[in-house]
Amino acid sequence: MSRSSQQARDPAMQPMLQLLAGTHGDDKHDPSALSILDVVWVLYQRVLRHDPADPGAESRDRFLVSKGHGPIGLYAVLADRGFFPAEELTRFLDYDGTLGGHPDRNLVPGIEVSTGSLGHGFPMAVGVALALQLKRSDRRVFVMIGDGEANEGSVWETALLAGSLDLPNLTAILIDNGTSTRPLGDAAAKFSAFGWAAQTIDGRDHAAIETALRSQDATRPTMVVAVVDR
Amino acid sequence: MIETTMRAQLARTATHLMDTDARLVMVLCDISVGLFDDAAARHPGRVLNLGIMEQTAVSLAAGLALEGFVPVVHSIAPFLVERPFEQIKDDFCYQRLGGNFVSIGASYDYASDGMTHQAPGDVAILKTLPGMEIVVPGTAAEFDALFRESYADGAPTYFRTSAQVNRASRPVRFGQLDVIRRGSAATVVAIGPMLDRVLEATEGLDVSVVYCTTVTPFDATGLRELAGESPAPVLLVEPYYAGTGVADIVQALAPAPARIEAIGVPRHVLTNYGTAEEHDAALGLTAAGIRAQLDGLLAFTAG
Repeated sequence: MSRSSQQARDPAMQPMLQLLAGTHGDDKHDPSALSILDVVWVLYQRVLRHDPADPGAESRDRFLVSKGHGPIGLYAVLADRGFFPAEELTRFLDYDGTLGGHPDRNLVPGIEVSTGSLGHGFPMAVGVALALQLKRSDRRVFVMIGDGEANEGSVWETALLAGSLDLPNLTAILIDNGTSTRPLGDAAAKFSAFGWAAQTIDGRDHAAIETALRSQDATRPTMVVAVVDR
Repeated sequence: MIETTMRAQLARTATHLMDTDARLVMVLCDISVGLFDDAAARHPGRVLNLGIMEQTAVSLAAGLALEGFVPVVHSIAPFLVERPFEQIKDDFCYQRLGGNFVSIGASYDYASDGMTHQAPGDVAILKTLPGMEIVVPGTAAEFDALFRESYADGAPTYFRTSAQVNRASRPVRFGQLDVIRRGSAATVVAIGPMLDRVLEATEGLDVSVVYCTTVTPFDATGLRELAGESPAPVLLVEPYYAGTGVADIVQALAPAPARIEAIGVPRHVLTNYGTAEEHDAALGLTAAGIRAQLDGLLAFTAG
């Protein structure tokens, strides 16, 4: 799939985009921040069961941002949803702020895992998915990785592991913004070969994002490769 | 009388605890899998053998911990500690999650397999991690007691088991030194499996012998109370890289001046094979070797 140009965005995104525009520095222009924006928006707006007033509620779906990079877009969505006051966005990267260059779960409501070093959150999400099965919970686990992150060996350990487990409650999203130094080729085909239910979508197409994130295989984990412009 | 190995004791202890604590989940990497057949049969889904992927194993265990489970990750020391060191650091320590890491192999229990299967540096690198607890039992029964006391304490805890064990178990407590003998000329601190050799080396000498099975957090109060305001010289006897715990001794005795020496595995590339006992003999980690270093320390002090 070719990299999409900017789609006509959901008007409901405007307040969040204004929050993002109000942050200082150049980070809001970071390709990592912008390339996740539509997927994260659709996930919170239409798919993920969550309660900003009770971020740790047992009844929530889990969303782990394994890639950890460019989090200002994620922070803007969380602020827009009400996880924390929007004013905090103006203190992005400040010494005594809570919003760092990589998210910290102990500082930011709504952040499930502290990430930054690549290849960690993906296997953690498998642990969360197995834990929910042990709890007999029907909640879902979403995890976002990047195409650059997919250079890490632990990503492919996890691909091999999860593809051989009965994990219908796990959905991974691979944001493919062309960052990877090593070409991934057809990433969906690779994950299919590892035993995942995998598909490729336009990562700016909100309807396609929603459909893909709602879909679940009967037994296999799901991989959604979201191709986006940078 | 030692009835079982520490490795078998891990399986026995964990299997028993799984019956009463539904949070406990074993995470394995093709090591010791058969020892957990009974637990796997009794607790479906709570013995996870992932295959040979230790980085993923530690991260996955952190995911279990995020959901309130108490993971126990188990493998041979270099593959449990050194290969996935960043996963222990980021996914447990930085997240502030509790979990357990139980190794076998110690410094060179797998001497015949060469240095890739040895980990004399495991405790030294784990001591750099904030919040990490490190336990070095000397017998299987001590492992059982220390594990039961600390496995669910909310901290990441490393248990360094070994095929080398002391003849008799002590009534150990997590985080506490065990003062075995009081003397005045020196204090000898024996870590885990080094105790028997220390007891033999110090026979007939006017020295204190202190047994340490919780390396981190170190019982500074216990050592300070024993040492008093004018500490006798200290000999630290470690089953891993020599001097790993010296900073703990210095901090415990500060501001009193104290002469401290350490004996343990030297920082060499060990290219010999054979057995752990042969390595001990070659490196001076025997009762005679410890006695020789202690005699030197006492002579220096007397001089």
